[in-house]
Amino acid sequence: MATLKELAAREEKFVGGHTSCAGCGYPNIFRLTLAAIKEPVAVVGATGCCEVNTSIFPYTSWKVPFLHNAFENSAATCSGVEAAYQSMVKSGKIKDENFRFIAFGGDGGTYDIGLQSLSGAMERGHDMLYICYDNGAYMNTGIQRSGATPRYANTTTAPVGKVNPGKSQKKKDLAKIMVGHNVPYVAQTIAGNWKDLTNKVEKAMSIRGPKFIVVLATCPLGWVTKSQDTVKLTQMAVDCCFWPLYEVENGKYKINYDPKDKKIPVADWLKLQGRFKHLFKAGNENLLAEIQTEVDQDWENLKALCDFHSKQGVV
Amino acid sequence: MTAVTEVKQLTVARTGNEAMAEAMRQINPDVVAAYPITPATEIAQIFSSFVADGLVNTDMVTVESEHSALSATLGAAAAGARAMTATSSQGLMLMAEIMPIVAALRLPIVMPEVNRAISGPINIHCDHSDTMFCRDAGWIQIFSENAQEAYDNVLQAIKIAENPQVHLPALVTTDGFIISHGMETIKILPDDDAREYIGAYKANYSLLNHEKPITVGSIDLQNYYFEHRIPVIEAMQAAKSIIKQVGKDFGEKYGRAYDLIEKYRTDDAEAAIICLGSTAGTAKDVVDALRTKGQKVGLIKIRVFRPFPVEDLTAALSTLKAVAVFDRSDSLNGYGGPVFTEVCSALFNSAQKPKIINYIYGLGGRDIDVHQIEAVYNRLNSIKDSKDVGDIVSYLGVRK
Repeated sequence: MATLKELAAREEKFVGGHTSCAGCGYPNIFRLTLAAIKEPVAVVGATGCCEVNTSIFPYTSWKVPFLHNAFENSAATCSGVEAAYQSMVKSGKIKDENFRFIAFGGDGGTYDIGLQSLSGAMERGHDMLYICYDNGAYMNTGIQRSGATPRYANTTTAPVGKVNPGKSQKKKDLAKIMVGHNVPYVAQTIAGNWKDLTNKVEKAMSIRGPKFIVVLATCPLGWVTKSQDTVKLTQMAVDCCFWPLYEVENGKYKINYDPKDKKIPVADWLKLQGRFKHLFKAGNENLLAEIQTEVDQDWENLKALCDFHSKQGVV
Repeated sequence: MTAVTEVKQLTVARTGNEAMAEAMRQINPDVVAAYPITPATEIAQIFSSFVADGLVNTDMVTVESEHSALSATLGAAAAGARAMTATSSQGLMLMAEIMPIVAALRLPIVMPEVNRAISGPINIHCDHSDTMFCRDAGWIQIFSENAQEAYDNVLQAIKIAENPQVHLPALVTTDGFIISHGMETIKILPDDDAREYIGAYKANYSLLNHEKPITVGSIDLQNYYFEHRIPVIEAMQAAKSIIKQVGKDFGEKYGRAYDLIEKYRTDDAEAAIICLGSTAGTAKDVVDALRTKGQKVGLIKIRVFRPFPVEDLTAALSTLKAVAVFDRSDSLNGYGGPVFTEVCSALFNSAQKPKIINYIYGLGGRDIDVHQIEAVYNRLNSIKDSKDVGDIVSYLGVRK
C-alpha cells in the first residue's frame, strides 16, 4: 500500500479550482482515490454537488476522462463504458491498457434514486468500483432528507418542529445491501482517513469484478459544522462506532479499526453538529439514548459478524 | 437505365422484429444494452442468441431497466463504441430522461423501437403515442411501413446517425404486432455487402483516451447552454438532406430508394391522406381501388417525422384540394393529433394549401380497415370544393 510520501509525489488527477465549499468531504475523497490508482482510469459521476462543482463548463477538475450522464444512473452508465472497453479490446479495435472504471454518486444518487442502477451493475459483475460519498442528505438541492440521513437529524424536508424531532427513520445500511449482492469487495471508510481510504481503493483495484466503497463525508452547510473539522468529525464518527471502518472481502467481514476503550459516546460527535442541536435540549435525553442504543447494537452486530468469519478462518 | 440490383440479395421470411434483429446482427455493434418489453422483446432476445452463437462480437449488457439500457448505451457510445438498444412504449418513456442527453452529447445511437400504446390503461398493441411522446427529444424518427422497410431503415439509420454533419441518435419504428410480429417475405443484403455498406465506426472523441482526457456532460449554465443547443438544432436541420442522400444511395445500390416522405399516386390527385407506418400499406390498396373508379386520390406517407419534412410536405400538398391527416395518437391538447398540428403549422405560410381535416384512429391497436379509409376519401371528395369542411377533428372506428 502506498505511503503518504508516495501518494503526494504522484501527479494530481483531481485538481483545484472547483467550487466545493470549504470543509466539504468529497474533494478529499476523489483526490485520494485517483492518487491511489496507478492505472488509466475513467470516472462516471452522478448529478450532485461533486459533479456540479467540478465540471462547470468550460472548466474541469478532472485530469482523467470524466463522464456525467444524469442523477440516478452513474452505475449503469459506467457499466456501458466498461462493456465498451471489454468489447473493443476483445475485438482488437483498441489495445488492452488495464483501464479501470469508477462510478460515483452522493448518498441521494446511491442510497435512493440510483439504487436500482447500482444494484443492476453490481449484479452483472462489471469490472468497476462504485464510490458513494455519503454526507447524509440531499445537500446539493438544499439539505433534504435521504435514505442515508441519520435518525433525528434536522433536514429541510424532515425539519425539527414543534411535534417532530427531525428525521424519524433510521439510516439504511448500504454496505450490507451491497454485501447482499455477493460482490468480491465492499468497504466502508471516511473522508478524513487518507490511509484507510487509499488502502481500500488500492485493494479494490487489485480485484476484478464489481467493488463498492461507501465513504462518510462532511457537509459543513448541512451538518452545521466547522469547515476545518472534516478530519475530526469523520474520525469521531468512527470512534463512537456510528460509522465503523470495515471491509467485506468475498463475504467475510473484517473491522479495520476497533476503538476499544477509546470508544466515545455518540453524543460527543452529535453535539458538534448543528443538525442535532435539538437533541441537547432538556426533555430530549430519551432521543439521545435511543441513538446510543442503536449505535451500540449495530456495533455489536458488526463485531459478531467479524468474529464469526474470523473463527471460520480462511477457506 | 442500368439494372438497379447488382448485389444479389437473399429472399427470406421474417417478422418485423426478426428483420430488425437481422439488421443488428449485420451491424455487429460493440455493445447492446436492452431490457424486455412487449412487443419489442424479441429484438433483443433474438440478438442474444446471435451473441450466444458467436455470430457477433457484441458485449450484451442485460440491464435491469430501460433507463439503465439507454444509460449504458450512452456510456458505451461515449467510450467510442457503436452501441444500440431497442424498446417500446413504457420502456421508451422510461428512457425519456436520457434521450435528450444522448442527442446533446451527439452520440449516434440507433434504436429499433416498436410502436405501442402508452399506459393507461395498460395496453400492449400498436399506436404511436409512445414515439410521439418522445418526438422532441432530439432523436431522428423513421417510421417503417413493413418489415422490409424496418430492415432497410435500421441499416440506413446507422449511415444517417453517424454522418459527421448529423451525429444524432435515431429511432427506427415499426408498428407493434402489425409489423413486429407479422411474417413477410423480405430481401436482405448478404452479410459481406451489409457490412461493407455499414462500414467501420470511428468516434470523434472517446473516454478511453487517457492521454487526452475529456470531460463529457459538463454543467452548462447561462453563459453557454444556448450556444450548445444551436449545433443540435442545426444537426437536425442538416439531417434532412443526409437522410435524402442516404435513401437515394440505398436505392441506387439495392433497388429500394427512400425519401423523407413517400408520395403515392399524388401527381394529379385532388384528395389525399397523410399517414405514418403500416397504415400506409392499407391506404395504398384503397387508393388503387378508387383510382380504378376514376377518383383522383393519393397518399402521402411521412417516413421521417423527425426532422419534420416541412419543405417536402408543403410542396407535395400545394397541388391538393383536400387532405386528411391520420394520427395514431392524440396530443391531448384539446385539438387533435401531433401529425395534424405539425402539418397545419408547416402549411400556415404557404400560398397554396389544401383544406385539412384530422382523423385520430387505431388507438391501443384498434384495427383500421379499407372501408374506413375509403369513407375518408369519400368525405375528402365531398369537401374538396365546398367552403365548409365540417368537423376538423374526428375519431375513426371508436364506439360512441
